[in-house]
Amino acid sequence: MTAPSTFYERMFFIRRFEETLLDLFSLGKLVGTTHTYIGQEANAVGVIDHLAPDVDTIFSNHRCHGHYLAFTDDAFGLLCEVMGKAPGVCGGKGGSQHLCKGNFYSNGVLGSIVPVATGIALAEKQKRTGAVSTVFLGDGTLGEGVTYESLNIASLWQLPVLFVVENNHYAQSTPAELELAGSIAARGAAFGIGTDELDTTDVELIHDAAGHAVRRIRETGSPFFLVSDEDRAAIEARCEARLAETVEAADAAPAATAEAA
Amino acid sequence: MSLFGVAAGMALRGRRPILEIMFGDFMALGFDQIVNGISKFREMYDDQVTVPLVVRAPMGARRGYGPTHSQSLEKLLLGIPNICVVACSECHDIGALLTAAVEDERPVFFIENKLLYGRPNRRPEDGHIGELAVRESGDPYAALTFSATDFTEGSATIVTYGGMLPIVLDAVTELVLEHEIFCEVVALSQLVPMELAAVLESVARTGALVTAEEGTLTGGLGAEIAARVQEAAWSDLRAPVQRIAARDGIIPSARPLEDAMLPSVEGVVDAVMAIEGAQR
Repeated sequence: MTAPSTFYERMFFIRRFEETLLDLFSLGKLVGTTHTYIGQEANAVGVIDHLAPDVDTIFSNHRCHGHYLAFTDDAFGLLCEVMGKAPGVCGGKGGSQHLCKGNFYSNGVLGSIVPVATGIALAEKQKRTGAVSTVFLGDGTLGEGVTYESLNIASLWQLPVLFVVENNHYAQSTPAELELAGSIAARGAAFGIGTDELDTTDVELIHDAAGHAVRRIRETGSPFFLVSDEDRAAIEARCEARLAETVEAADAAPAATAEAA
Repeated sequence: MSLFGVAAGMALRGRRPILEIMFGDFMALGFDQIVNGISKFREMYDDQVTVPLVVRAPMGARRGYGPTHSQSLEKLLLGIPNICVVACSECHDIGALLTAAVEDERPVFFIENKLLYGRPNRRPEDGHIGELAVRESGDPYAALTFSATDFTEGSATIVTYGGMLPIVLDAVTELVLEHEIFCEVVALSQLVPMELAAVLESVARTGALVTAEEGTLTGGLGAEIAARVQEAAWSDLRAPVQRIAARDGIIPSARPLEDAMLPSVEGVVDAVMAIEGAQR
């Protein structure tokens, strides 16, 4: 069992890495755009701790830095990549959203990655490597039809895919209630896929649930559908509220003066 | 269509999948995967991966299948970098082409005209197919060049591929028999990346070019071929390049309406006659 302190260190590193990216972005040192994973770190760390980087594969999305760091621990390659530097993991060709290193892949078009991860699972099943193919979706991905084609194929052909839906309640800037109907977990269940739903950012709870999911895939070869309710909005709103209160309080505080000093 | 992505995932992990699409028209369902995944992975991942997959796609009309099951959409692949588009014809070694496609490290889109399935494969024997002398380039995706005069005389080069080849060969026969005009024909198999060495060699002999394809005219392969040939061989050309293609519209189901949309033997004959400044 990975120690809580290790989880914390990994999550804290991802958080600080991305905060640093935002600072660098403000300074004009990043090219293109960057989608941060702030508030969702427990998910990457809790799930990916169960994967073996030399055997298992990950296909991530546009919001991929957290997954990449949790799987590869290659902060230098990633930072160089998003800064457009030669030692970047893809030589600066991919940038923030298009990463590849070993068994890790990401791509910037939502939905597109789901069938590719399904195909990876089919290849690994044929090769009998025992690999689990993990793909990270968001709530926005559920608006793309190929997602459902992939769930169908993964279930029908019994492919070792771990579908992780990170529900952060926003598809880019559109709130989930305007882009998503029905139950997320029921989508997996409808295809006869084992499903679990979490409503937490507690890394140990996520770790336990992901451990169950990955074990089940390894034992049965069947896919699994893990929904994690991240509530990015709530976390960010809490942070924003606290920051706003702090700024307001500081603003209202008396100015430092020579007399007071 | 997720199957394009499934094939891509398999190819990323060392398999060599062949994805067969029953009607090439359905390629439209896979374009996100083709444009944003299959064609990009290798270069955007800095050559850390290859995507050696083959998509077999039957294209073409003349069977009354109507607007969504009769198109020749391979021209839509023309502007996509890092893929290979191969079209077989009834005079190519189709098995060798398909084997080369499977062994290719690039994604290969293998275009099969539907009419081919019911026609015999006519390969050169002693350098001839029927009355025509034939030269075959040594590339894995060979170009065939046909001549009625053993490459001694020619008024125009007609470049074509796939299901248009028998139509063009019929036109060449009619031009010889009815008008005593001798043409060379180049049947490409590698459409993308465009490889026109055989066309340029032929145009150097004939001084004129007609392109013939079954897809719609605008933005077709003929437009790209014309642009490249005038750039590379302007001084060889004595007339503007003529393009033969389907009219820019749908392919109707009813046979007479379908025929009215598609390039014909008469259309090819007329194009060559126009170069000769003559009327039929």
